[in-house]
Amino acid sequence: MRPSAASPADDGAANRALADGPPPPARKKASLRDRLLPAVTSLASVVVFFGVLAYVVTSAEQWPRIKRQFFSLDAMIEAFPAVLRGFWINIQVWLIALVAIAIWAMVLALVRSLQGPWFAPLRVFSIVYIDVFRGLPALLLVLLFGFGIPALNLPGLPSSGLFWGTVAMILCYAAYAAEVYRAGIEAVHDGQHMAAKSLGLTQWQAMRYTILPQAIRNVLPALLNLTVALQKDVALLSVIGVRDAVREAQIYTAQTFNYSSLIAAAVLFMVATVPMARLTDYVARRDRGRRLQGAA
Amino acid sequence: MADRVSIETVTKYYGQTLVLDRVSLAVKPHEVVCLIGASGSGKSTLLRCINRLVEFDHGVIRLDGVANDDPAFGKIGLYRRIGIVFQAYNLFPHMNVLDNITLAPRKVHRIARKEAEEAARALLAAFGMSEHALSYPEQLSGGQQQRVAIVRSLATNPDVLLLDEVTAALDPELIGEVLRIVRQLKDDGMTMVIVTHEMGFAREVAERVCFLESGRILEQDAPSRLFANPQNPRTQKFLQRIIEAGRL
Repeated sequence: MRPSAASPADDGAANRALADGPPPPARKKASLRDRLLPAVTSLASVVVFFGVLAYVVTSAEQWPRIKRQFFSLDAMIEAFPAVLRGFWINIQVWLIALVAIAIWAMVLALVRSLQGPWFAPLRVFSIVYIDVFRGLPALLLVLLFGFGIPALNLPGLPSSGLFWGTVAMILCYAAYAAEVYRAGIEAVHDGQHMAAKSLGLTQWQAMRYTILPQAIRNVLPALLNLTVALQKDVALLSVIGVRDAVREAQIYTAQTFNYSSLIAAAVLFMVATVPMARLTDYVARRDRGRRLQGAA
Repeated sequence: MADRVSIETVTKYYGQTLVLDRVSLAVKPHEVVCLIGASGSGKSTLLRCINRLVEFDHGVIRLDGVANDDPAFGKIGLYRRIGIVFQAYNLFPHMNVLDNITLAPRKVHRIARKEAEEAARALLAAFGMSEHALSYPEQLSGGQQQRVAIVRSLATNPDVLLLDEVTAALDPELIGEVLRIVRQLKDDGMTMVIVTHEMGFAREVAERVCFLESGRILEQDAPSRLFANPQNPRTQKFLQRIIEAGRL
């Protein structure tokens, strides 16, 4: 046997001996100059760099025309109410699609991970579905659903382009999200399955209580990335006549031949997506920290 | 006394590889049997055959005389009566200690949360771990995690406990606290089958030690005899290497 009982006592004695000796030298202190200099340098270089860039761009001969065409404040103000109203449509479609995608993609991923010969038809369905909808351009699906289905005049089904366009986005993005979920499920260590089984959990209980919670945590950054991408891709609905922010901006452009309304829409998209992107970075960083801690 | 666990000529292949070759072994109630042998000798596979985490090709394993694939056990009966603890703890990292322990009682055995938690707290107290009830696995040392894993396997009040190299992943100074719990379980009369590389511990707790090589039990005897006077030349060679490594 190992002399396990003896070693902690020895450590303790060694620590006490150290503590009784002279105190350790004080921590090295950085001077105010050493601490501030890097920050000041960064700030100054950023200001100089972008200042020079702005000067070069705005002093170009063509700048006044470019400014009038894209950055006309008057045009932006004039177009803004309609663009904002359109953007509200984007947000609504985005939120509804998010919920539907989260659920539908989960169903697809779970079906694909089912084991046993009886589930083969469901597994095949899930695989084919994901292959098809991941293989097609989102724009094609939006056109197909947004124009095609309303043209059928099917009784009992809505005929609005907004509805079918949203359905197209859900079907398309669910294929991507299902693959993300599946990657998360497969990344959970085999020992977790074994532990769940040895405790008597059924396949479904093991998934529900032990595997899925870990899987979702694993892929949260990837899911947030998809969320950001979806928010921008909702603008695809503008091609089937949905009056979203992009469509409203285009209408203004068509009337005035000024593109500043599109820039106004762009700013709205940025305001919505940049915080989401930052959140994704934050979650990914925290997740990495947690993993490193777990590995140590 | 009738056998608690009876392994009869169990044979198991992984693909083309024979990993268990007509293994037979009987364990009496309250007996502690240690399986020793080099890595790849089939010890862990044999252990996992007992509660059917691994399916085997031939032979039968009985629990109190009933084959472990008998429908009488239902879906969960076998798992309730046989607990297993793994080398890598395999705690659920997203649940605190209390939830880890009560998951099976609540979800599999339909015991009310309050009742299950009281039982879990009593178990934690019995093994001196009350203060960790609300901790998450990543906040605990390896030794603490493994002790929680042992308590989790006890939560369904099993008749047999299988320990699969439970100290192999631990730093040397943490092994003692885990072995202390196993000793405590032995004193409480738990029937245990233990795969271990801790020969000193095997000598101390086991009534019987089995030496496995190439999927066969080559020798089994009381530890005092097997360690002092091994009969099989392969056992002698294995123990010689262990002694040279300073592990005995």
